[in-house]
Amino acid sequence: MALDRWIALVILMISLLYGYTAFFTMDAGLPPFMKFNAIWPSTFPKGLSVLAMLCALLILLSPSQGRTEPKPGDIDYRRLTDYKLGQALILLALMVAYALLLRPAGFLLSTVGFLVISSLVLGERKLHVLIPVAVIAAVVVWYLVQQVLGIYLRPLPLFLTNGG
Amino acid sequence: MLDGILIGLSTAFSLSNLLMVIGGCLIGTFIGMLPGLGPMSIISIMIPVAISIGDPSAALILLAGVYYGAIFGGSTSSILINAPGVASTVATSFDGYPLARQGKAGKALTVAAISSFCGGSIGAILLMIFAPALASVALLFHSAEYFALMVVGLSAIAAFAGTGQVVKALLMTVLGLIMATVGEGALFNMPRFTMGIMDLQSGFGFITLAMAMFALPEALYLVLDPSRSRTEGGNSEIKDLRISKAEAKSIAPVIGRQSIQGFLVGVLPGAGATIASFLGYAVERNIAPKEEQAQFGKGAIKGLAAPESANNAACTGSFVPLLTLGIPGSGTTAILLGALIALNVSPGPRLMVDEPQIFWAVIISMYVGNLILLILNLPLIPYIAKVLAVPRNYLIPFIFFFTLMGAYIGQNNATELLILVGLGVCATVLRFADYPLAPLLIGFILGSMLEDNFSRSMQLYDGLGFLMERPMTIGLLGFAMILVILPGYRARRARLRQAGVADGD
Repeated sequence: MALDRWIALVILMISLLYGYTAFFTMDAGLPPFMKFNAIWPSTFPKGLSVLAMLCALLILLSPSQGRTEPKPGDIDYRRLTDYKLGQALILLALMVAYALLLRPAGFLLSTVGFLVISSLVLGERKLHVLIPVAVIAAVVVWYLVQQVLGIYLRPLPLFLTNGG
Repeated sequence: MLDGILIGLSTAFSLSNLLMVIGGCLIGTFIGMLPGLGPMSIISIMIPVAISIGDPSAALILLAGVYYGAIFGGSTSSILINAPGVASTVATSFDGYPLARQGKAGKALTVAAISSFCGGSIGAILLMIFAPALASVALLFHSAEYFALMVVGLSAIAAFAGTGQVVKALLMTVLGLIMATVGEGALFNMPRFTMGIMDLQSGFGFITLAMAMFALPEALYLVLDPSRSRTEGGNSEIKDLRISKAEAKSIAPVIGRQSIQGFLVGVLPGAGATIASFLGYAVERNIAPKEEQAQFGKGAIKGLAAPESANNAACTGSFVPLLTLGIPGSGTTAILLGALIALNVSPGPRLMVDEPQIFWAVIISMYVGNLILLILNLPLIPYIAKVLAVPRNYLIPFIFFFTLMGAYIGQNNATELLILVGLGVCATVLRFADYPLAPLLIGFILGSMLEDNFSRSMQLYDGLGFLMERPMTIGLLGFAMILVILPGYRARRARLRQAGVADGD
């Protein structure tokens, strides 16, 4: 089965779950006075779930259009391992790590770490250029976000700022 | 209307807004030139900045500037290194790159800039005529018609998705609508479908979703396939930007025709700049004299002028449904709509009446933006082109970092970053399987408005009665049905014919 059908199947599952919630469990918590309304919070989702199921089934059951050749310049997922899959996965993991470390490690440390490590993963070796660039970028962005936009970003690790 | 123009002039020409246009155009050109980064990614990265400006006119002016700049930058990289960063400039590379190969890169860039300028300016004039007229019609609409109109818009976007793609686009739209119902809506004051996750209480963040749908998959594609960001082989020596009088004379009618055609295509929901540019290229090739026809594809300046004026006029045209109906016809205008909603402005027919300064300032700044692209960016191009030499080892980490920052600034919440990465991976997989992502975002942004109007008409007519009692509503909904069913029907007939089955006529 081609990837687009697998995706249709997954979306079908999601819309079944969604539809089940809309049709059967959601209205239980509805206050009595709202039951006289023509529209309930579940009305619109009910319709959407039916539409989504219809579309997903159409994709799942429609006759295969043959093996469509990938467009030039597009990525052929059947040969995913021919691409730099490892690098992509490491970068994704780094992004997750960044999200988890942003608060405890502080903005400056996690940002410099993220920029430096991901460049290294991509094959950069000139540390004497890379580290200054990352540090300058982190400080500039921190200044812009914190001072210009006024959004709080803890710059330093937790243990240096007395809990914050 | 004259008052409006005057208000717009005074707003657009305030010093800070002029700086917004200039800054937006420059940033857009810079980033748009990087191969593999399209206007949607750039705009979604710029949105947190625009929203924190706080002033809706300034924010919209900045974003529109970025949009134009990105299209212009995309044309530049199409011409110089045959690497269109954007689908709408693919047609530009047909004749632009051969010209650059012949050492006429400077001339090609000038033709592109002039065509874009004319396309954008003519588009802006047409917008000034069309938008008020359309808005005055739209003022007569009730929530039932609005609901139907949005359904038409969403169906048209799916219908234009291409053969074999209509159902996929439709499914993506519905998925976007479903995602829009997550969280606590304004309508019912009760959280829905949050699965008990606190961070979903307020629903999915619009910036997060925009980043996850466009910026993140594009960056991941760049990582996966290093050849996408290749920059070598470029003939980056740019000299002699002038064009001759005869050349100017030959492209003038092309620009005139394609600006108008491109604008009209851009007004249609779902069509937009890409279709306009290909259509413009095809039309001009077909109506050109025989001896010129052979030149197309080998460096004809007419073949460069046509898609360039058409795509810029279409960009302007796509603002018509956004500003008058509040219905975005493309991914980019959907992102702009999201930004406006975040700034507490609701675009629609009331916008012109209630907040004329926003409406007219945007239109006036379109002129200014086009002018800046011509007089500021064109001479700077040889220097800006140096940006093409930024090594990808630096570029890619920074794109990731900016998407993360954007999601963080938008929601002020570190969990949002995890949602971003999760959605981004899903979006990349969807892109592998050729599912279009723009309909999802458009569905998501229109979702709450669609439900809102639906609910209001249901309440007003105490049920589905509004369908019958308002002929315009039922007409629009019927039209939407036809839009969706027709491509599928025709594809089926074509398939049957191919299989040798007679089909009656």
